[in-house]
Amino acid sequence: MNGTPFTTPLPLLEARRPQISRAGSGDGAALSCEKKSLAGAVSQRACVFCGSRVVLYPVADALHLIHGPIGCAAYTWDIRGALSSGPELHRMSFCTDLQEIDIISGGERKLYRSLLELIDKYRPKAAFVYSTCVVGVIGDDVGAVCTMVSREKKIPVIAVHSEGFKGTKKDGYAAACDALAALMGKVATDDIPKQSINILGDFNIAGETWIIKEYYRQMGVEVVATMTGDGRIDDIRRAHGASLNVVQCSGSMTRLAQYMEEHYGIPYIRVSYFGVEDTAKALYDVASFFDDRAMLARTRELVREKIAAIMPVIETCKRDLAGKKAAVYVGGAFKAFSLIKSLRMLGMETAVVGSQTGNKQDYEVLQQLCTPGTIIVDDASTLELARFVLEKDVDLFIGGVKERPIAYKLGIGFCDHNHERKTALAGFEGMANFAHEVHATVTSPIWRFVPRRSGRSESL
Amino acid sequence: MSTTKTATRPNHTATRNACKLCAPLGASLVFKGIQGAMVLLHGSQGCSTYIRRYVIGHFREPIDIASSSFSEETTIFGGGDNLRLAIGNMVQQYHPSLIGIATTCLAETIGEDIAMHLRGLDPATELPPIVHVSTPSYHGTHIDGFHRTVYGLIDRFAQYAPPRQSVALFPGMLSPADFRHLRSVVESFGLECIMTPDYSLTLDGGSWEDYQSIPQGGTTIEELTATGGCTAAIEFRSVVKPELSASALLNQRCHMSSYTLPLPLGIEACDRFFSTLSRIAGTPVPQQHTLTRARLVDSYVDGHKFVAGKRVAVYGDEDLAPALALFAAEIGCRVTVIVSGASEKQLRGTCASLPNLSETMVLPDADFEDLSAAAALTDTELLIGSSKGYHLARKLGIPLVRAGFPVHDRLGGQRLLHTGYEGTLQLFDRIVNTIIDHKQAASDVGYMTW
Repeated sequence: MNGTPFTTPLPLLEARRPQISRAGSGDGAALSCEKKSLAGAVSQRACVFCGSRVVLYPVADALHLIHGPIGCAAYTWDIRGALSSGPELHRMSFCTDLQEIDIISGGERKLYRSLLELIDKYRPKAAFVYSTCVVGVIGDDVGAVCTMVSREKKIPVIAVHSEGFKGTKKDGYAAACDALAALMGKVATDDIPKQSINILGDFNIAGETWIIKEYYRQMGVEVVATMTGDGRIDDIRRAHGASLNVVQCSGSMTRLAQYMEEHYGIPYIRVSYFGVEDTAKALYDVASFFDDRAMLARTRELVREKIAAIMPVIETCKRDLAGKKAAVYVGGAFKAFSLIKSLRMLGMETAVVGSQTGNKQDYEVLQQLCTPGTIIVDDASTLELARFVLEKDVDLFIGGVKERPIAYKLGIGFCDHNHERKTALAGFEGMANFAHEVHATVTSPIWRFVPRRSGRSESL
Repeated sequence: MSTTKTATRPNHTATRNACKLCAPLGASLVFKGIQGAMVLLHGSQGCSTYIRRYVIGHFREPIDIASSSFSEETTIFGGGDNLRLAIGNMVQQYHPSLIGIATTCLAETIGEDIAMHLRGLDPATELPPIVHVSTPSYHGTHIDGFHRTVYGLIDRFAQYAPPRQSVALFPGMLSPADFRHLRSVVESFGLECIMTPDYSLTLDGGSWEDYQSIPQGGTTIEELTATGGCTAAIEFRSVVKPELSASALLNQRCHMSSYTLPLPLGIEACDRFFSTLSRIAGTPVPQQHTLTRARLVDSYVDGHKFVAGKRVAVYGDEDLAPALALFAAEIGCRVTVIVSGASEKQLRGTCASLPNLSETMVLPDADFEDLSAAAALTDTELLIGSSKGYHLARKLGIPLVRAGFPVHDRLGGQRLLHTGYEGTLQLFDRIVNTIIDHKQAASDVGYMTW
């Protein structure tokens, strides 16, 4: 009865079986998903608050005030690699830091005073107030405080209902979308040209929004607002004047796109900027939406040039990577689709794939996309991931910081594809970076010293 | 207090860039240092995931922390079912030899009665011992959570036994390198060392052949029980709340001598630790340590002019920050500011006893914005503390010497040694070299000798 090394396979909980399947086994369509995490299973997911916080975080000129005790604020201080070309208020961590006495007598006064002080000091364009678990149970009227402060300070002050226990991370996305929607529809947008879009669901991690925006500039498309990468309140307030919403990270942003379609008649398309194929498709889809020959020609030219520039890198990396196996575990399933295709371009097969927040349709697509035998998993636990990467004996794990030690402890290469990455992986340039990173980790000579892999002839 | 400037709570309502973490993080770290233990945070899913992410960033090791994954229904009707389900799933997956439960702010606010919930567990299930600590994040800091959990474990397991040549050591929230070093120091006196917690292996281990659901290492339950039969208990604490002191508890319950010592960082503080060990063991300090001490003095001499009069700000938790301040003063730096997110009562209690800090601003209940203002006001030239001070160092154009937790922007934060003559020597060299590095970077000449 203790943690001595055990022999694989690792135990699998019965209650988790419906959320795990294998491609080609015919049970994929029935994969269970969109459920609360199982207690005690050690899910890689966070909570409702996390969902709201990650989506709104990159809005750089807003005050982000976390209403609750200190933990939620401390753990989300400057953790995302979301860059800003101007103000960097989003990188500060503000918290009402509720104490025992506030829990007893209520946190509204402290929230009110905090907002006034912070707005006076930091002069934000708007403020987001995130409710955390405790606030949801002590009954603070956060909305009323926000309204009062908004009136006094003449800036939007928006309550984000992100109490951790009120659903899953997806409900947090929804609360964030509602907060963004609350900013729109109040200013004139007559000066916005017809050939204009909003970028939704790109968070400017390592400057990725800038890469994408530059493509659109070259195509002749104006970007009204980026939500939320390098985001600005004034841009978001004008977002309802754009002609099209281009949605990446559809899991987090589709709700907002739907809202804008309903209220402002703006259609939306789902895209991905990860990988050559998907990036090119995204740009072509936008160009064809505007039905403009010149734009389409410019897009073709752009795509041709960019692909030509990166292909030598891809080919070089592919020579060493062909036949290697990968595991992919990411937040949204849409990113997993792109990663499977990108890995294929590098000659690699995806043997394990999963997401924290995929839905039924997503998992059906994965079934189609994956080769038979690929393990597909929803809301995986640490032990499941360890079990699957061992079973499939993968050479690469793509995930976030929480997955990294699973890979490294077992002597598996790793690529961070989550919020904290410092390397741009979107767009064509991003694909070249991705190829470099995967190549660097998979072909490192150090693996021959790792006990699990030492003595293997194929080790480099 | 006579020698330090009056500690005042900074005049603002909100906390901006906190200089503290929440109590469940401290509790989780302690349980990670108990052999075969698995932790459960009773609350929402995010608490465990955020803490895992934060801790992994420092230790770069798998950190499994389970959650009872509260939903809206759980919050309304109580968390008993979720808690029992979580325990069942943990036992099935991890086969733990101990389950540590820390209650989050949500569970504490809705008044969860853990003991009652546990009575509802299926008596047919074979369960390991379960230890519950109350760690709402609206009360105290991660250091409180840490000490509270150590206290809870000793309270639960320690039993009186006839004393044998051994020391129960409560080091506090130090690095795995510190734990390894402190154990070897105690053992070099011919004393057995029972250290609680000990995550020197669990959070800083080797590469694995097969996945370990719970990494090897840590204080065993047998050792926790055996702390009651030690000759003496030593606890490194800058602040003592008797109700949370494990060494005081052992003194009371098992009548052993207990020593509350400052963190052994710096020659004076180390001398107290080594002479205490010498007294307990009844032997002189082994020669290896007197030699290291001599080398440390020699290094102080070699480097003293680089640090002389340097205006240094230290920040961090209530145990480490005062120790760093004392050390900085000992080597001739001028300590401008001590910042901690800990309460006034805790920090003042500590800093009142610090000599040579007459000009120092002591800021309890403070955050990194307070540190920023105070450092600018006092023309601070060097920062010592966690990697969370990097932004400020960059803004002020002054160097930062990383110490404590977290170190998220460098490799090997878990291997930073702070304690003993050896750790002091390493820290001193790091400080001097950081200052030289800064001078080199600023120099037009590019001298190769300093």
